[in-house]
Formats: sequence, structure tokens, C-alpha cells
Amino acid sequence: MARKSHVQTTINGETVEFLCESRQSLLEVLRDELHLTGAKEGCNNGNCGACSVILDGRLVNSCLVLGVETEGKSVETIEGLAEPDKLHPIQDAFLENAALQCGICTPGFIMSAKALLDSNPNPTEHEIRYWLAGNLCRCTGYDKIVKAVLDVAKASA
Amino acid sequence: MQDFSYVAAKTVPEAVALLDEKGEKARILAGGTDLIVQVREARRDVDLMIDVKSIPAVNVLDYNADTGLTLGAAVECYKIYAVDAICDAYPSLIDATTIIGGTAIQGRAGVGGNLCNASPAADGIPPLIVLNATCVIAGPNGERELPVEQFCTAPGQTALEKGEMLVSLKVPAPASNSSSFYLRFIPRNEMDIAVVGAGASVTLDDAKQTIVSARIALAAVAPTPLFAEEASALLAGREISDAAIDEAAQAAQAIARPISDMRGTAEQRTHLVGVLTRRALNGAIQRVQDAS
Amino acid sequence: MAEKKEYKVIGTRPIRHDGVDKVTGRALYGADFQMTGLLHGRVLRSPHAHARIISIDTSRAEAYPGVKGVVTAKDLPDAGDKVADLGEGAVNLKHLCDNILASDKVLYKGHAVAAVAATSPHIAEEACTLIDVEYEVLPPVLEVRQAMEADAPLLHEHLKTTSMGETADEPSNVASHIQHKLGDPEKGFAEADIVVERDFVTGTVHQGYIEPHNATAHFNQDGQLTIWCSTQGAFTVREQVAEILQYPISKIKVVPMEIGGGFGGKISVYIKPVAALLAKKTGKPVKVLMSRADVFEGTGPTPASYIRVKMGATKDGKITAAEAYLAFEAGAYPGAPVGPGAMCIFAPYSIENVVIDGYDVVVNKPKTAPYRAPGAPNAAFGSESVVDEIAEKLDIDPLEIRLLNAAKEGDRRADGPIHPRIGCIETLEATKAHPHYTAPNGKKHHGRGVASGYWFNIGLESSVTINVNSDGTINLIEGSTDIGGTRASIAMQAAEVLGIPAESVNPSVVDTNSVGYTAVTGGSRTTYATGYAAYEAAQEVKRKMIARAAKLWEVNEANVQFADGEFSCINGKEEQISFRDLCAQLGQTGGPIVGSGTVNPGGAGGAYATHVVDVVVDEETGKVEILRYTAVQDAGRAIHPSYVEGQIQGGAVQGIGWALNEEYIYNAEGTMTNASFLDYRMPTCLDLPMIDAVIVEVPNPGHPYGVRGVGEVPIVPPMAAIANAIYDAIGVRMTELPMSPDRLLKAMGKI
Repeated sequence: MARKSHVQTTINGETVEFLCESRQSLLEVLRDELHLTGAKEGCNNGNCGACSVILDGRLVNSCLVLGVETEGKSVETIEGLAEPDKLHPIQDAFLENAALQCGICTPGFIMSAKALLDSNPNPTEHEIRYWLAGNLCRCTGYDKIVKAVLDVAKASA
Repeated sequence: MQDFSYVAAKTVPEAVALLDEKGEKARILAGGTDLIVQVREARRDVDLMIDVKSIPAVNVLDYNADTGLTLGAAVECYKIYAVDAICDAYPSLIDATTIIGGTAIQGRAGVGGNLCNASPAADGIPPLIVLNATCVIAGPNGERELPVEQFCTAPGQTALEKGEMLVSLKVPAPASNSSSFYLRFIPRNEMDIAVVGAGASVTLDDAKQTIVSARIALAAVAPTPLFAEEASALLAGREISDAAIDEAAQAAQAIARPISDMRGTAEQRTHLVGVLTRRALNGAIQRVQDAS
Repeated sequence: MAEKKEYKVIGTRPIRHDGVDKVTGRALYGADFQMTGLLHGRVLRSPHAHARIISIDTSRAEAYPGVKGVVTAKDLPDAGDKVADLGEGAVNLKHLCDNILASDKVLYKGHAVAAVAATSPHIAEEACTLIDVEYEVLPPVLEVRQAMEADAPLLHEHLKTTSMGETADEPSNVASHIQHKLGDPEKGFAEADIVVERDFVTGTVHQGYIEPHNATAHFNQDGQLTIWCSTQGAFTVREQVAEILQYPISKIKVVPMEIGGGFGGKISVYIKPVAALLAKKTGKPVKVLMSRADVFEGTGPTPASYIRVKMGATKDGKITAAEAYLAFEAGAYPGAPVGPGAMCIFAPYSIENVVIDGYDVVVNKPKTAPYRAPGAPNAAFGSESVVDEIAEKLDIDPLEIRLLNAAKEGDRRADGPIHPRIGCIETLEATKAHPHYTAPNGKKHHGRGVASGYWFNIGLESSVTINVNSDGTINLIEGSTDIGGTRASIAMQAAEVLGIPAESVNPSVVDTNSVGYTAVTGGSRTTYATGYAAYEAAQEVKRKMIARAAKLWEVNEANVQFADGEFSCINGKEEQISFRDLCAQLGQTGGPIVGSGTVNPGGAGGAYATHVVDVVVDEETGKVEILRYTAVQDAGRAIHPSYVEGQIQGGAVQGIGWALNEEYIYNAEGTMTNASFLDYRMPTCLDLPMIDAVIVEVPNPGHPYGVRGVGEVPIVPPMAAIANAIYDAIGVRMTELPMSPDRLLKAMGKI
């Protein structure tokens, strides 16, 4: 049986310890070990973005990070975004714009949009489309997703 | 996914010693965006992943207008294009690093890993070739350097010997009146692997009307990315003209030996080599001419 | 019924009820289900496209540490040749079972042959490689016309062509032939001044939902089987699993988790019976997940097809006759949607003389499954391209020729039904009036195309229960999986009846033990039929509430009226009470109120769409960019316009993907070489402009609020619209999908 390593990391601001095999991705650790199932598996090879999380401030596909690599690092997931009594403005904008249908890609899009707006609070439509190209949505045709992100950008301008 | 061990190496000698000890079944883990997928899909047999991201020497990102760029092998794409001076000096490298994967991939993947993965379609390699980059390789017998166009030997195969690893890439400072350009053809606008990629660098005379020298490189048209040496050479000393660029494009087409696969047909690729070589050369020339 | 009315809730845009859970990552989808003691299952799949299974030896896998059970087709009950009726027509049970786990033959690369349950997914996957399967490899047949040839390799030795009631003597890959005929086509073509006939080929495409299939199953010691899964229809999962396992439906409970897209592809079961078999064998709950490659290779795509369309018209543009030949790939087992394709192909037009032949043909590819208006997009690619060509040759505006021939109420569709009130003309008129259609479009290599589409929509059974709360809210219990905002669109219909805000409805999608039978979320039926059931349930609540008010005021029920959320007394007493206040008095007036509605409505009402697209073609590379896109559609009545727009936009973009890049690429051995999101190339947001969705409302007389299904028709026009735009841009008629850069280069003579 594969040996497990002890890993200590910070997830959504909290120190978390877990055991994992080297072959377990950060996505598997989040979902199966820590029961943070907001990050989704759509392809498991970095092509759909449904597993997007922010690692040390930078957007990554959690399916392409090993759990053991997160020792001493900081991970932000969809579960950490809202405040207890208030959604994050991106979450509000997704709801108001009806920017989701089935919702499976939504956590990834929101994390991706957050990473964009953290680094570029006022992106153009083209910049939004370029940045979000790594997130696939099959339901919406992206129209309302892009509009939701534009709305957040406008509100902060 | 097969089971494997993981070590976060702290120094180059530590990583080299592990590579030397474990042989082919040990792999350097940098961005992991290719390696993890390959192991997961059982396309690579790996016993040990050596994470080099905490080794200072492979994380160097240093640009100096006189001495050029030292690019650590594990530096992620997003760090490269965040430096304005690098964007100005090596635009073809920026063309490539901004189209490798999506933004999430660019948060992990780097040019060094792109090179070591040795895909014939790698977007990162043609810019390195046209920019005259050199690989700095560490091994059990110390360091050696190798021109980047000699690094890839076959799909997924490199010139690295047992126990060797890529530490960094050295890119010379750009000459005056020079610039570079990289583009690829893909059916979508992002997230695809190049059907064909073409990079070009040019140095023009002071009047910006004559090509002093040029380098052209191609991706996805042979088992490794290609330096189109003859096509490059025939531009030296030529006045800028459609005819000269067409000649170079035809010479580039002549060395392409593409295959047909799910990403494109051989005929399509050969045709695109011509189109993209022209666009890359014109793009690089335009950049020189646009610079004040 | 259904005349233009002012509504309070319908037509507004409330926040969807499941929205917060879905933007915070709280919503639980199938793969998110966790349970103590859970085992993980993986499926071993065939490496060959066509082979006989000689033997399967699972002993090495069973001995692998961590493995708890292995199953093969031997663990399934003997299906014989029983025909199962699963509510969507008769299905050969052996075919159904063999597609779950192959017994004697594998018929496509990716066909399931065995499955393992183990303590971790990695161990289960490793153990799959230890199952030894001996195959006798057979030549595959991968294309519909080749499969129809007399000497083609046969997939099924016992399959014989059924043609209009007659069964042939010799085995064939052609499962069935259908024909619809109207008028006298020969005469119609003789009357034509111009006849255009063209062949079309479309590739195999996948629904491409982002969430892979998943299932967790557990057998209790008392024989109760529970399955937690993502599905478009919990009841159809129950039926299919019951048939495949030969197990009573009363002992099966299916719990629908949130679903990450389906588009028709999550109606058929694949791994749900496998999870159940593994759970039975191990005595533990087992979760089986597909990988993305499993989804592409092992689940139903929509058929590739070969289509021939011939249409004739007089010189003033009147279409006099139409003829179509549709040959669809069913995949490994019969069941291609050639029937719906034949129903839809000429439905936007009023044509007196029509003949349509359709063929359902098996090939060595995964068994096809429904995909958004199944069959209609393939067919419309042919017919709408030919209509465009006729318009061009007659120098008539492409919208004018459509208006001139537009289908209207009372016309007979070629397959028989007479159109009720439909919105074909209104949709075309709205397209003509849209600024996009009149915007300048003269640049080099730029082109504009239009195309129309039709989908008939379906009704089927739905059940809704409403429990009234004492604070004036209601809990609405439904069986329709919410795949794109239907909790909201259904709740809004109940809210409209009861005069309460949408936010006062708490909708829940529940398991098969907790609500009446409800058919799949598919066929664009959910807002229509389950909404109809919610309307009926709310009407029952209203009637019961009126009775309570009457009791409270000691008057006859006939003297109580309900309007704008207020009950009031007419004829005499000056009494008035709000819905909310009356809810607080239910205990004193007779106890709780529950309303229920069950429907199987027949008036789904067809939907029409017309799309306009502007493209630019890079003549050197063959790449097509979509510059502007407008999709106009009759929604009957848009309950929640945002989600109607969303359906239109999403359908149009799936069509854009189908038009430009999506296809299964096979090598000669029958292996799909692009079974990943990397190489299957669905559109990303960088490939698209905003999609202007224009809602036309011609109320459907078959629904109390005039609802028509909206989900499917938007995928019908895009392929032809884009082909017509490409023609406008570069003068080349593209007749093969996808219109990928290499095909354009070839068509332009560049390679």
C-alpha cells in the first residue's frame, strides 16, 4: 500500500493538517480527505478549470498540483470566499446575472474571476474572455458569465 | 495513477544525486502540468518526483540590458510576463508564455519545463531558439551548456544524460534594431496545442529597411522543434520585401516533415508553415519598425 | 386561455432558489456524495472497437491488496431477448445490458467489460489493469455509408432491418428504415423552376457536459437498493436499473444529486447498474466515477450522419417539393434519433409535396444518446443550407424566402401532425426587424448567414406536491432534476397562481420515494410540464384555501374570491384576508393544506428559432471567427427570461462548437484519438462574442401560461447559419461538419 505523508497547509485562512499519498492531487485531497467538494473534477488534466483554486495568491488547476506540494502554502477555495452573512461581490453578480445553469463550472469560474479581479480590477471584455478561457462552461455560452464579471469590474471602478 | 515517491529537493546537488541514483524513473517536478498528466494517464513510468521549486538556482529570474536574461528552469510563465523589461526585450517569449495553456496553467507551467517536456509542439521552444538561448545543465560531473536547438532529441526525449537536470536558460541581450515574434495556429483561440508554431527574430540595419540577420524556428512539424537554419540564413543582408520573406517561408516549408494526427493533417501543416513563417517574420520586423 | 395577460411573477427575474448553494460550492453534485465505509469503483474498458470476448480472468485483480470485489457481465441476470419498455419506447434488454457490461462482444473502444471496487480509486484503477481479457479482434466499421454496404462487417448477427412494418430476412447493420410522405413529390419537383440537391456529412459530437457520470450505490441487508447520482431523471434511472438487474422498482430508491449538465446525455444509465452490482458483491456502498476519457469513449455521443436534401422552388420562391435521405449512426446498438430528425427537417416550411427516408444504422462507436433536439441539427444543416442556396440562386433575401414559405397553424407536418398555433412567422419577422440583420456587412472575407430551426418539444408525466407553511410560504416538492434554473421557473408558476413572491416558494427536488412519477428533464419539457403540474398543485391549494376562508367567514365557497394574494368575500360580508394571514389559521380551520398536481399534457407546442451570424474567414488558415450572433426564438411565454436567454445562448454556442471544431476523430482501428477536452475543442469564452438572445412570445395554447419548451431548438440553426455565412464570406459551400480550418483550406483549394 502506498505510504502517506503528513502535510500542513493553510486553507481559507485556517491551518489544516492532512495525510495523503504522493499521487493524490490537491483536488483529491480537498474533496476526498477534507470534504471541501466545491472544487470539481471535470477533466483531471487541466483543460476545464472546474477545479480552479488559488495557491499562494496565484490561480492554479488543483488537479495539476500534488497534495504534498502544498506543505507550508496557502490555498483559497470557493468555500472560503463568502463572509458568514454576505456573499462575495462576484458571487452576487453571478446570481444577479443568471450566470450559471447547471452550476458545476461555477466555483471554478468564480475563483478564476477572483484571481483576475485581484490583479486587474477593471478588465476589458477581451481581458475577461482571455483570462477565463481556461474555464469551460457548456451551458451558458459564457455571455452572462462575462457580463457578471464586467458588472463586478464596473462596480469597483 | 501509479504510486510514486515525492521529494522536495533543497539544492541542485541534492536533486542531481537523486536523479543519478534513481535513473530514468526519477523525474524533475516543476510546474507539473505535463508530468502529472502523463503519469496519471500512464504515459510515463515514474517512481520518484523531485520537486525543484524550492531550489533558488532554478527560480532565478534576472534580466540585465547588458548581459541578458537568466531564466530559472522552474520559473512560472506568469512571473516572466509580469516583468516589463523582459516583455520589451524578448516579445516572442511573451507571445509564447501568454498562450501556454490558460491562465491557471501559466500559474504553474514554465518555459524550462516546456523545454524538458520536449513536445514537438511546445510553444516555449521556438522563441528560445530564435533568441539564441543556451541551456545551463547540472549533472554529476558539474555544469555544462548547450544551445537550446540541440536540447530536444525526439518527442519527449532530451539531451539530458543520466543524473542531469536543466537549471536555467541564458538568453543574450537583444541587439539594437532587433525584435522577435512567435505565433501558432490553433483552431480555437486558446487552450489548444499548436497545429503549427513559428517564431522569428530579426535584426535590422539602422534604417530598418534591411535584414542584418534573422532566426526562424518551427514547432509541430517534426519530431522536435526545428531551427530553420537555411531559411534564416537566406534573409541575412536582404532588403525587406515580400519576395525575401516568401523565399524564407518556402525554405522553412522545405524542412518541415509533419505528420497527420488529430490536431491537423500533414498538408495543412506544411501549408501553415508558409503562412506562419511569413506572419512571424513580418511581425518581428513590424516590432522593430514600430519601436522608436 | 393563454391570451396576453399581466403577470406579477411570470416574466420577472428573481434570484434562483438554488443559487447561493451553487455559487458558494455548497451544492452537492453526484461525485460530492460521501458516506462512511465508501469503496471506489472503476470500470475496465475495451481497447478494441470490435472484438469477440474469448475469456475474462479477474483472479489477479481480486487478489490485489485493497480490492473488495470485481464484476463482469456474468454478474448481470440473463437478459435473453426480452424487450423492455422504459417509457421511451421498446428497448431490447440484451442490448441495454450488453452496453452496461459486454457479454459476448465488445462493439466500441471504451465498451465496459468489467469493474472493480477497492478501498481507493487509485487501487481500483490499478486492479483494472490486472484483469486479463482475451479478445478475438474483428474489423470495425466506423462510418454510416460503409456500415450500410452489403459486405460490411456485422455488429449483430441477429439484427435485421425493419422497414415500415416488414422485417428483412438477412442480417444487416441497418436496424430500421422509416419513410414519411406528403402529397406528390414527383409532381412538386416537376412544377419547380429550380431544383437544388446536395449531400451533407456531419461528424460524431458529444454533449460535453462538464460533470462526468457518477453513481454511488448501497444495498441494505433488507435488499433496499439506494443510488445517489447525477441524472436527468431519477425515475428513469430506477426503471432502467430495475430492468437491467431484474429487480423490483419498489426496492430501489434513486436520489438525484445536483447535476453538472446533461443535454440528453444523462438519461441513459452506464455506471449506475455497475455501482449497484459492486455494492451487492461487496456489501458496502460503492462510488463509481468516470474519467473524462471514459465519458467521451463510453457514453453516448450524438450521431454522425449522411444526409441528402433536394428541394425545388418556382422562380418567385415558392417551395414546391422537398426530399430528404437521412442515414444516422446509432453507434453500437440501434436507436439513432433519425425519427426526430425526419419530424423536424422541413417543419419550418409549408410544403405540399415531401418525402423523407430515414435509416438507423449501427457502427462500432459508443451507443448514441440524445443530445439537445436529437437528430434535428443534423437534418437542419442540410435543409437550411439548401434553402439558402435556392434563395441565392433566385436572388431572394434568405429571410424573405423563409417568410414566403413559413409554416403556420393548420399546416400538416410531413410526418403527420397538424401544427397548432406556432410562432414561425413571428420569429422570422422579429429577425428581419433586428438591427443585426440590416447592419452593414460588406468587408472582404466577412459574411452573414441565417438559418431557421424547429423542435417539437414533449409533454410526459410530472408530479408536484405543495405543502403550505403557516408563515405564508409554500414548500414545493418536485421530481425534475434542476439542470438550468427550473426550480425557479417551476416555483414562479405556483407563485403566480397563489399571488405570492417567487421567494416565498421553497422548491425541493426529491428522491423517487418522495414524489410522484416524473419523467426526465429533457425534451424541453420541464418548465412546461412540471410547471404545469405546479400550476395544478397551486390551483388545488387555492381551492382548499378558498374553502378555509369560506369556513372562517361562514359563507359559501362561491362567495370567496381570490385575487392579488387576497381572499375576499363577495356578496354580502366585508371580509378580506391575505394568503399569508390565512396560512396562519390553517390549524384552526381544519389542519394543514397539501396540494398536488399530476399531468401528462399533450400540447407541448413546437418551438421555432432563426439565427443570424456574422463571420470572418482567414483565407490563409481556414479559420472562422464568429463576429456577431443573434438568436431569435419563440418561447411561448418566458417564465424567467434570464434563464430562457441562457438556454438560447447555450444552445447557440453548442451549435457553434458543432459547426466549427467539435468531432470524434478516429484512427483506422476505431480508437478516438481526441478523447479529451484538450483536443475535442469545445468553444471557450475567447472564441465567442456576446450572444444576443431575442425572445418572441407566441403563447402556447397547450399551457395555462403559454409556455413552450425552449431548451433544444437553439442548437438547430447554428450549423447551417454558419455554413451560409461562410458561403457569403468566401463563396464556398461547406457541406461537411465540422467546418474546421483544414476542411476550409481544402474547400478553398489551398491544400
